[in-house]
Amino acid sequence: MATSKKSLQTLAQDRESLALVTARHPALEVFSMFIANRAALVAMVVLMAIILAAIIGPMVYKTDPFEMVWAPFTPPGTEGFILGTDYLGRDLLAGLLHGGRVSITIGLVAALMSVFIGISFGAFAGYYRGYVEEVLMRITEFFQVLPTLLFSMVIVALFGASLQMITIAIGLVSWTAVARITRGEFLRIRELEYVTASRSAGATDLKLIFQVILPNALPPIIVQAALMVGSAILFEAGLAFLGLSDPNVVSWGQIIGSNRLYILDASYTVTVPGLAIFITVLAISLIGDGLNDALNPKLRSR
Amino acid sequence: MSDTILDVKNLRVEFNTRGGIVPVLDNLSFSLDRGERIGFVGESGCGKSMTALALMGLLPSIGRVASGQILFKGQDIVNASTKRMQDIRGNEISMIFQEPMTSLNPVFTIGSQIAEVLHRHRNMDKSEALKTAVDLLDAVKIPDARNRIASYPHQMSGGQRQRVMIAIALACEPEILIADEPTTALDVTVQAEIFDLLRDIGVQTNTAMILITHDMGAVRQMAQRMLVMYAGRKVEEGTVDQIIKSPRHPYTKGLISCVPHIRKGADRLPNTLPEIDGIVPDITSFGKDQCLFAPRCERLTQQCLDRKPDHQMIGKAEQQSVSCWHPYGRQT
Amino acid sequence: MSKPALLSVRNLSVRFPLKGRDEHGKRKTLLAVDNVSFDIPEGKTLGIVGESGSGKTTAALAVARLVEKEAGQIILDGHDFGALTGDELRIARQNVQIIFQDPYSSLNPRLRAEDIVREPLRHAGQTSRQEQDKIIDELFHAVGLRPEQKRLFPHQFSGGQRQRIGIARALAPRPSIVICDEPVSALDVAVQAQILNLLKSLQKQFNLTYLFISHDLGVIQHMCDEIAVMYMGQVVERANRNSFFKQQKHPYSNALLSAVPSIELHAEHIRRQDISGAPPDLTVPQTGCRFAGRCPLAQKACHLSVPVLLPENASHQAACHLLTD
Repeated sequence: MATSKKSLQTLAQDRESLALVTARHPALEVFSMFIANRAALVAMVVLMAIILAAIIGPMVYKTDPFEMVWAPFTPPGTEGFILGTDYLGRDLLAGLLHGGRVSITIGLVAALMSVFIGISFGAFAGYYRGYVEEVLMRITEFFQVLPTLLFSMVIVALFGASLQMITIAIGLVSWTAVARITRGEFLRIRELEYVTASRSAGATDLKLIFQVILPNALPPIIVQAALMVGSAILFEAGLAFLGLSDPNVVSWGQIIGSNRLYILDASYTVTVPGLAIFITVLAISLIGDGLNDALNPKLRSR
Repeated sequence: MSDTILDVKNLRVEFNTRGGIVPVLDNLSFSLDRGERIGFVGESGCGKSMTALALMGLLPSIGRVASGQILFKGQDIVNASTKRMQDIRGNEISMIFQEPMTSLNPVFTIGSQIAEVLHRHRNMDKSEALKTAVDLLDAVKIPDARNRIASYPHQMSGGQRQRVMIAIALACEPEILIADEPTTALDVTVQAEIFDLLRDIGVQTNTAMILITHDMGAVRQMAQRMLVMYAGRKVEEGTVDQIIKSPRHPYTKGLISCVPHIRKGADRLPNTLPEIDGIVPDITSFGKDQCLFAPRCERLTQQCLDRKPDHQMIGKAEQQSVSCWHPYGRQT
Repeated sequence: MSKPALLSVRNLSVRFPLKGRDEHGKRKTLLAVDNVSFDIPEGKTLGIVGESGSGKTTAALAVARLVEKEAGQIILDGHDFGALTGDELRIARQNVQIIFQDPYSSLNPRLRAEDIVREPLRHAGQTSRQEQDKIIDELFHAVGLRPEQKRLFPHQFSGGQRQRIGIARALAPRPSIVICDEPVSALDVAVQAQILNLLKSLQKQFNLTYLFISHDLGVIQHMCDEIAVMYMGQVVERANRNSFFKQQKHPYSNALLSAVPSIELHAEHIRRQDISGAPPDLTVPQTGCRFAGRCPLAQKACHLSVPVLLPENASHQAACHLLTD
């Protein structure tokens, strides 16, 4: 065969580079790693189902969770009440669906809030160093050493037990972890050469912080945020159990709190919302774990 | 050839990757005499370090020796027990690595790290081991050895740490010392000192050495024989003098000429360096029945893509062997 | 040297604050670059060679105004680049671009190749999207990348290809001077030649001026017209290439050259100088020649006063007391 050398050569090289051209966006790669993790995938499906139930449930199942609809302590599955009624004769299923809305919303909003505060503190501290860092990190440490439960109880006691206040209280006590992680990532990434390259390309400080460094610092923050949704739900349940909850809305923790005296006589009134919290938080932490594995480049195989 | 200490025969090491089973070492044979220094040359990903790990019985978990023999003092150690390999490692065959920063444990003094090896393999008691450690540090030319044994790794420079690594590797008077890019992380002036040291030790103790490097100059300084690896295969082997004078494999030729070597007092210099096009192929194509260098080769013909070339002797005195269909250039 | 220098650096010093204080309670500092001066004519390459800790990279970063200088003048293309501040400096930085050593950490993993090259153009803010695309296409062609590779992410390239992207990025804002900071030392040997050849052909094509940092004397000889040897923050020898490689004047340059393993000679034939002594501690002020502690030829005078580059205005200078006797 009189194939010319050059064409043979390019043919052979092209075959090698073909694999490259068909490769995908990094986010897609992370996604495929994530769904390859069986536990995380199941957790994701479960969490989606729970969220869907919390959104659609109350629209379909219109019973008011505060209304006494039947005799107290009607066991689950009797008299047409799938989950039975509590000590005041309120429908537990309605409570669960409405409460899910509140619990998950508090979890999400509180987590978002701590991510926002945490990133602001961590990013500026890590980027500017020096006095900025000293001041911001001292504030962070102050919040870190506050006894979280006491502090949020004080906030709620001072400003009233409204949904907003409870969310803010939870957000305020949980942002420090995000700040520390963000600062650590910024300290590492700001020294990398691509940041120097952007600087010599004429990028402003704000562009460097938010467009260059932050996107690369996000993976561990995302994992932390996911886990924080779970812990915020738990925290709210704890407050509600202690009676520090918005009396006008129902949440999972509040159901447990108000039925706690009857835990021996009608254990289902506590177990049902307890299980809801347990499954939701477990699902969230499994998702967090899955994200951690998927986002960690060291665990990504070649 | 009664002096052969290591004889590797048709060694094949396979990796179990997502893309299937691939040979990272393919039909590798070589032998090493007592006191001989051999250089392994090639780009990264060509199997140099994998050879060392296979010899040490330290292949990563996705890898295994699929076939072939590693005869150490006449005994096959491919299937040796874990216990036997632990006896051999650090004792009869020892290794120094590229990164002197990470291969020492930061929380122990260097004296105790050397003594630990002596205690494990030689059953020395503590004071005896420490005394020997001082002698070893002296031998690797660390000044004030008596006091330095109490130092921690972070208190030493990179070059000194590499000397400590060498001292640890030599602690049990090994028969083979494997040095995997021992000076890549070091400055040139320090590199020269380490090379001098290794060569002196090799001569004094008759220790055989395997030097893994990408630097032809280093091989020239350090080794008597060399072996060029490409994509898991041996492409050329022979005495250093012979190969540098007349490389027969185009890859070897490229490796020698693509580096800008210093020319003292030269007024005129070539404007461009000879290049080797492209890069080392992906690991998944390693097993193919063709010359794996073909895509980068200027001698490429259809034959190169059709079949893998055999490794054949070249010349008279059996000083050189090569795996290439066109060792004397392309006949057209 | 009739042409005026494109870049002229005078008495540049950089000092880093360290943790901890000395016995007087003053904060410890490290004088990383000490009184360094050099010129680069347009279209030429100045090589700075030195070992780790010599301050060569710090000096280059200070020239690019990416590291704060303590003192010194940087005149670029007739303008006092060293005196700029604020937004003026931010924009002017585009005139000095850097090709980095590590092809892995020098590209933002979240950007596509074309956006990495586009970044400097975007910050300059004077080009339309179409013009940018055109420039990117030209640069991709110039550095030997294929157009369809524009959409790929850094991790999909090999080390050498990544370095090509880095080169394209550095050339995008049409800089007056390009700093090459060990551009090939992280690459495989065979790929090094590809990149060195590319840098040379680009220099010809675009009339580029290089400040070339390397520890590898072979690379320096191949790439550079002028050579400056740095040791512990100072330039100890300066010469044009031919003069330097014919006869080094400073004992350190000598030692450096003799330490490079050559493929032409066996080790037994090389007379290597013993420079095994310890380098000085730069956190305290130095009274003598910084190489004196390791120098095989050192005399009393070497420890007493700091040598300067001599003879003045000559094309081949060295800072060594032994040469002036």
